[in-house]
Parts: sequence; C-alpha cells; structure tokens
Amino acid sequence: MSDTSKKTFIVREIREQFPALRQQVYGKNLIYFDNGATSQKPQLVLDAINKFYSKENANIHRGVHFMSQKATTEYEESRKRIQRFINARKSDEVIFTKGTTDGINLVANSFGELLKTGDEIIISAMEHHSNIVPWQMLCMRKGLTLRVAPINERGELLMETFEQMLTKKTKLVAITHISNTLGTINPIKEIVSKAHAVGAKVLVDGAQSIQHLKIDVKALDCDFYVFSSHKVFGPTGIGVLYGKESLLDAMPPYQGGGDMISKVTFERTTYNELPFKFEAGTPHVAGGICLGKAFEYLESIDFDAAEKHERSLAKYAEDILDTFEGLRIIGEAKDKTSVVSFAFKNIHPFDIGTLLDKQGIAVRTGHHCTQPLMDFYKISGTVRASFAFYNTIQEIDTFVEALEKSLNMLK
Amino acid sequence: MEMIKQREEEIVAEFELFDNWMEKYEYIIELGKELPLLPESEKSDELLIEGCQSRVWLKTSGDYRLIEFHASADAIITKGIIALLIRLVNKIQPQDLVAYDFAVVHKIGLEEHLSPTRSNGLNGMIKRLKNEALKQCKA
Repeated sequence: MSDTSKKTFIVREIREQFPALRQQVYGKNLIYFDNGATSQKPQLVLDAINKFYSKENANIHRGVHFMSQKATTEYEESRKRIQRFINARKSDEVIFTKGTTDGINLVANSFGELLKTGDEIIISAMEHHSNIVPWQMLCMRKGLTLRVAPINERGELLMETFEQMLTKKTKLVAITHISNTLGTINPIKEIVSKAHAVGAKVLVDGAQSIQHLKIDVKALDCDFYVFSSHKVFGPTGIGVLYGKESLLDAMPPYQGGGDMISKVTFERTTYNELPFKFEAGTPHVAGGICLGKAFEYLESIDFDAAEKHERSLAKYAEDILDTFEGLRIIGEAKDKTSVVSFAFKNIHPFDIGTLLDKQGIAVRTGHHCTQPLMDFYKISGTVRASFAFYNTIQEIDTFVEALEKSLNMLK
Repeated sequence: MEMIKQREEEIVAEFELFDNWMEKYEYIIELGKELPLLPESEKSDELLIEGCQSRVWLKTSGDYRLIEFHASADAIITKGIIALLIRLVNKIQPQDLVAYDFAVVHKIGLEEHLSPTRSNGLNGMIKRLKNEALKQCKA
C-alpha cells in the first residue's frame, strides 16, 4: 500500500488521466455527467488493455507456456488486489463475473437453490430491475415470497417497517447500497445486523457504491457484495461477486463447463474449489487484469478527497437546481451520493436530455431501470446528472446554462 | 411517389437552412407544438407505439386510395418528429408509403434517432406507418 500522506487530489491533474473527457461532441466540449451509467477510464487502464492484447494475450489456468503463466499470474494478482481493496478475508471470496447483474443472477440461481417453499426474500422499493427480476424469477421457480421494504418521499428506506418485515421466514435481504436513481445511501451495516438477527443473509448491490465509498466487506459484515468493473473505471464485461467463504462453499455451482471442475467422467463430475467453482469457461482475462489496474489507479489518488469533491459537486448542483421553477428533485435523502435526479411537471425528460446532448452534455434520462420507483413518485422518468470525481464546478455552471436554454426552447 | 419525393425535397431544403443542431431542434420543437392534439380520450393503448422513453399514439384513417394520420406524443421532440413524418406521408396512396424508404431521416441528420439506444421509437413510428399503409393496401 502506498503512503496515504503522499496522495493528492487535484481535479485538473485527475482529468488529464482520462482522455475520453478531452473531446468535443457536436462542436462543444464534452461534459460527461452520466457516470452512474458508466465511468470513463484512466490512462493506466487503457494502457493495460492495449498491453494485454499486444503482448500478453493467452488463456489462463491451464497453459504451461510462458504467456499463459504470465496472464494467469496477473489475473490472480488482480483478484488479490480486489480482495485487499474491499477488505475480504481471502481472495477465494472474490469471484469474477460479467458484472453486477451476473453476480445477482449467480446468487439467485445458486444460493437460491438452497431455499424452500415459503421462504421469504426482502428487497427495497428503490431497487434497480436487476435486483428485482432475478428474485421474482427465483420466487416463481421455488415458491418463495418476495417482499418489498417501502421508502419515504425523500427516498429513504423506512427502517422500522423493514425491521417488522424481518421474520424467521426471511432468508435473504437483497438491497442496493446506493440507489442509482435517487443517490440514497442505505445504512447497510444496520440492515445487515438486523437481518442477521433473524438468521437472514444479505446481498448488497454495490454497483453505485464501489466507485464512491470506501468499501470494507468485513466491517459491513454483508454476506454478498456485487459490483461491475465499468462503473469503477475498469473495462466493461467484468465484475465481482464477493461472498463469505462458508456460504460460497455450501452453494452449488451456477454454470457448468471448463475451469470449474476437478474431475469429469461421463458418470460423475467433481467440482473445483473456490473461486473457480463459480467461474466456468474462459473468463474475461483482459477485463479481470485491467479491473485490477482500475483499483491500482484508485489506490494512487486521495479517495477521501475525491469523495468529498463529488459530494460538493452534487450539493452545488442541487442548490442551483432548487431555484428552477417547476423543478422537482427526486431523491432527497439525508445521506446521499453525487447523483442528482430531477423532473419537471410538464416537460418530458427525453426532451431535456436530447437538447442537453446537442449542447455537449451527457446525462441520463428515463426510468433508469427503476420503473417501480417511477410509479412511487408518479412520474415517467427523470433527468439524472451523476458526477464522478473528475467533474468540475465549471462544468455544472455550463450544464445549468444549457438547461436554462433547453427550458426556454421547450416553453 | 411523386408527392412524397416533392415533400421530401422541401423538408431537406428547410433543414439545410439551419446552421447547427440547436436550430434544427428548435424547428422540430415548433413542429411538435403545431401538431394538432389527439384528444385524451382517443389515446388508447391500441394506438400506442411504445418506445423506451417517450410514448407515441398514431391514429389512421382512409382507405386504399388515400391514407391519413393523426398523432400525439408525450415528449415534444418526439411529437415534432412524428409531425415531420406525417407531413411527408399524409394523404397519399398507401402503396406509395409502403414503397417509400424514408431516406429523409438520413438526409436531415436524424438517423441517431433510429438507433435502438435512443429508443424514442422513430423506428417504431416508421414501422407502424408502413404497417398501417399495408393494411389499407390489403383491405
């Protein structure tokens, strides 16, 4: 680990590491406020991708030759780096997946196999579709009950109600750490301790938290934590499922194939050990290695200062947006991250998004894969600006001007 | 087909007057505002062309000689786009609409709306317009 006292955080210097930010769209300097959907990649990651495919490309875990062994070592080193970053006990607890959705589906299909008719799963009202649908499918398949913990108007989980919903029947709580639409940060530690009190396990959807908060799975005491590489400055197509070793050991494999076996005969197959039991087939080798590089990059910057900067961006944007007539901020939790979602009564988010785009500003519009949440707020969608640490106050000023211009056009 | 080609040329000529994207969209928004409203009572699910972000309703009348459209949408840019399409293919022979390639979309630079990610249903609109025309041809 590098000495934290030597780490700095200067936005101008940070931006230099992200070439995608230095471009024009429609003749305007790009302002990228769609970090909730995916983040841009630092030079360290880009170079690693190039280097892997130029010089190191080989299949891993089986080859005896130089390149295969080198790639295997790097892939496994990356796993160890991720283990350290999220403070897992062992690197065996870090399973490479295709991403958050894949991780949730893995748990739903594997841990889900251990559940029995009448068991209950609790999710929250602010979940992304990918933390709803796999559980619905599991419930249909196994005769389980899916229960939804409600939220208040500010977009905060109603903890008392949630607590009342927890019973001996509850086998799993699957909940997002940070809402992709609202920015709400859920009190995971408290949720975990309450769920554990009734013997339920907890899966945390970390898709929106791994890039904003310092994650310590041991301190959170969650049983599963899933995230995607591409939202944390790594390549697309790869992600991580963290699971407690004892649980992962007890769970059946999700997919069969190469790499996940110990011995195969036509009569019977014995499975490989963790983490390989859950990694059938040739994995996304370059992705795995370069995700490690993304964490190497994050370790090199002052992460606390970055988080502070992100929150100040959100606060700055919200204070200005609050002064817009007819604008409603969706998601006003006390504890929230750098996501600002808003809606107008008579203006469709699509119109605003399209006009902002033509002014060089990338935001997300629509239901953000949280349709039940849109129903709760009785809106069709929102405009979402989601900031990363490489964004600036000046960019928000330009965004506000562009928004004013768009609104004038739409009046 | 003469009629569509002539209208297409007019539209392309209008769009050539614009210097930048914002002007183009200003015009599309104007078209959206001018589109005669479809009464709320007529916005049935049957008429709905569901896109991911914006909903469009398309009402068809006429017969094999002449086809006529009325539409609405919940986003104003989408409304402008459907207004533009209707201006192009309204009150023509259905078989002409079936044969038309909608090259205008590329000529005025709206092809980005055809990509599935925009999901505002321009593809869906074109498909529906053609299907409606096809129905009239068969009738």
